[in-house]
Amino acid sequence: MTSTLHTRRALVVGGAAAAGAAVAGGAFGLVAPAGAAGLAPTPTMRGGANNYRPGAPIMQRIGGGGFMMTGTVRRAGDGAPLEGVRIQIWAHTTEGHERDPESHGATLTDAGGVFRMEMPQIVPAFGQPHGHLAYDAEFDRNGYETVFLRPVMRSAREKTLAAHFVLRPA
Amino acid sequence: MPSARAILIWVGLGAALAIPLAVAAASPLLEWRQPVYIAAGFAGVIGMGLLLLQPLLAAGSLPGLRAIRGRRVHAVVGAGLVSAVVVHVGALWVTSPPDVVDALLFRSPTPFSVWGVIAMWAVFAAALLALLRRHLRPAIWRLWHMGLAAIIVAGSVIHAMLIEGTMGTVSKLALCALVVVTAAKVLADRLPRSIFARRKA
Repeated sequence: MTSTLHTRRALVVGGAAAAGAAVAGGAFGLVAPAGAAGLAPTPTMRGGANNYRPGAPIMQRIGGGGFMMTGTVRRAGDGAPLEGVRIQIWAHTTEGHERDPESHGATLTDAGGVFRMEMPQIVPAFGQPHGHLAYDAEFDRNGYETVFLRPVMRSAREKTLAAHFVLRPA
Repeated sequence: MPSARAILIWVGLGAALAIPLAVAAASPLLEWRQPVYIAAGFAGVIGMGLLLLQPLLAAGSLPGLRAIRGRRVHAVVGAGLVSAVVVHVGALWVTSPPDVVDALLFRSPTPFSVWGVIAMWAVFAAALLALLRRHLRPAIWRLWHMGLAAIIVAGSVIHAMLIEGTMGTVSKLALCALVVVTAAKVLADRLPRSIFARRKA
């Protein structure tokens, strides 16, 4: 591990001690939200865009609720929280299939870059209890690159699911 | 009149096929699925049941269906298996086209899709080979058919075990274990003979 650390440090030619520490932190996967140099953007997950509905409306809650989808949206690089970013959420729930329009809804992040959407309980579909989230550049004025996520629940009994975006300017 | 042993075998086999179906029929997931998605799930459960029947029919192990009669029913059940796979994949396609396209193109995020698609192609290949059987040398035919059967069983069982679906965990594990043990036994019993037959030919 020490040799890895030295190798990584060696790459930062003429770097200050602080920069070296940041790189070491990155090597161990301990990237802090704030102040981490070069926070990498979240890649789109395979299957994330399946059954996406362009421009699904912003709403307080999807259907009857009872389940909470949460997450954060931050900027790649400096990790700054992003406010007012439009995130679309959909899933196969107790109230409908992924393809049903009423299974979709969008919400905006708050000043802390946090979004929360109450929705019906997610149930296993296509073999896994999972949700879908989209940041689609075409329906948001903030100008970041489009990202689709497909987080899987550890258990179908869970009442919450979290997904986090790190966006890169388009 | 059938012997007690024959009755026991058929009752046991009937239970092995019926219990997973009954468990799937009682699944709470059905409440939140449309009919076409429910049909897709049942086609999968039925297909797995047919995989238990196939080696027993091929080996002539079932009372009343020995030797040539067993083979004839094996062919019919084989056609049924092809139908079950077509209904399973087709109905899933109707339920969510992009998920099935991803699976067929081997780019699905779910690890079980790959195994299901491999087993599907192996089922189609085995059926095609069966139609062309008369044009093939018996030893070649047998080796290919048995090889494909092994792929079908392994792929289907891994596919099913990784899925959170309508079959209960216990009934799924039990049926899959029966399918693997039965197929392995029948294949192992016949493998040496077919190799021997090829050498002689």
